[in-house]
Amino acid sequence: MKYTEDHEWLRIEDDLIVVGITEHAATQLGDIVFVELPEIETQTAKGDEVVVIESVKAASDILAPIDGEIVEVNEALTDNPALVNEDPTGEAWFFKLKVDDTSVVNDFMDEDEYKALID
Amino acid sequence: MSDLTELALANLHLELGARMVPFAGYNMPVQYPMGVMGEHQHTRTKAGLFDVSHMGQVLLQPKGSIEDTARAFEALMPVDVLGLAEGRQRYGLLTNDAGGILDDLMFANRGDHFYVVVNAGCKADDIAHMQAHLSATCDVVPVTDRALLALQGPAAEAALSAIVDVSGMRFMDSVNMASDYGDLWISRSGYTGEDGFEISVANTQAEAFARALLSAEDVAPIGLGARDALRLEAGLCLYGHDITQETSPIEAGLTWAIQKARRSGGDRAGGFPGAKRILQELTQGPARKRVGLRPEGRAPMREGTALFAGDTPIGTVTSGGFGPTVGAPIAMGYVDAAYAEPNTQITGEVRGKRLPLTVSPMPFIQQTYKR
Repeated sequence: MKYTEDHEWLRIEDDLIVVGITEHAATQLGDIVFVELPEIETQTAKGDEVVVIESVKAASDILAPIDGEIVEVNEALTDNPALVNEDPTGEAWFFKLKVDDTSVVNDFMDEDEYKALID
Repeated sequence: MSDLTELALANLHLELGARMVPFAGYNMPVQYPMGVMGEHQHTRTKAGLFDVSHMGQVLLQPKGSIEDTARAFEALMPVDVLGLAEGRQRYGLLTNDAGGILDDLMFANRGDHFYVVVNAGCKADDIAHMQAHLSATCDVVPVTDRALLALQGPAAEAALSAIVDVSGMRFMDSVNMASDYGDLWISRSGYTGEDGFEISVANTQAEAFARALLSAEDVAPIGLGARDALRLEAGLCLYGHDITQETSPIEAGLTWAIQKARRSGGDRAGGFPGAKRILQELTQGPARKRVGLRPEGRAPMREGTALFAGDTPIGTVTSGGFGPTVGAPIAMGYVDAAYAEPNTQITGEVRGKRLPLTVSPMPFIQQTYKR
């Protein structure tokens, strides 16, 4: 698993890049009460606001970490936003991106580097 | 570096794992490890302890009779002060000449003086305002050596009664009680919609007192985050958001706070700042009203969300978020009076999309005050 400075995680699965938020981010946001997912088959560019996530405290955006096409979204989060707090790095993935070359994930931080960032 | 005032309980909050944030010039606990949702539910089902020492505690100490002080205080508020019995507390509103609200407050008749609690963000202005207008009849004395704690929820009475017997108190009673932690100034009131108490305790005794309350199994510390969600579910106004210098008490739906004696035809009608507008709105109805709002779906509608009927702008959300007990987003805001009836369907603009919401009665939860 790789990590962005925006506290997202990326992992490769069947030639797609799966994106979610880290446990650290979920804890900081607090109890999640609403998730708005993007349309599938959307082309996104790195930095686009693709997901809206609201906690009891405030709304935040999740940015596309890389250019790609959103091919799948995790509908389970719409009905059960609390899943983000319960299992942020497992069940509560947000979307899957189709990219030209999945090796782009290697540009991101590994676990040790990310831990150093949040400590 | 920091100009923030530290609470008397600062060390206890850190020990309890609080996340601290600046609020109204104070370093305040916004949440504890339980989290906003858990703290909210804990308060509704058991009891929560809130540190609200940032709020302003003020004594009005009469130079002559307490009646003279009451009459002078009535000249600042559209509220019956003179008719408040000893040992009772009442909700009050300081108004301005335009009929807007300078602050909302609680005041109690303590026999030989009034005890007033005002909002943290307004307290310097409130004290100056009261000193400017009341000094002929009373001394306006800020209380700076006492903490203020709120204990709220169904288990509050039992937890506090382990220290002092409060079982005989009714909603809005206000008493002084001697205790192992010195004199406690206790009122049966709060800001959550739950039965509960607000307790003023000397700073020097505050930590020991708070620890004694927290030692009860049912009592947990609760931060500002949950406090805001609790008061929103209870339909209670947050000053600076739901009521301001621009909103009148009638627009705000606080007509109940204006007793008969101060209304047209009453014994002491008018005679408070903004009386013309306020009494006129009372008989003719205001142009806009504060209402409860229930967004459909799950998307919260936060403060500032623009409200529409068709394409016509009709108002704005002033407080909004998720109601943990309601289990859905809730909000309050101002709409043109024509759209203020419960069950009126309107829309709110969230991230460029107009989403449906329904005007709803408040409170959103059942209040459990011990009347």
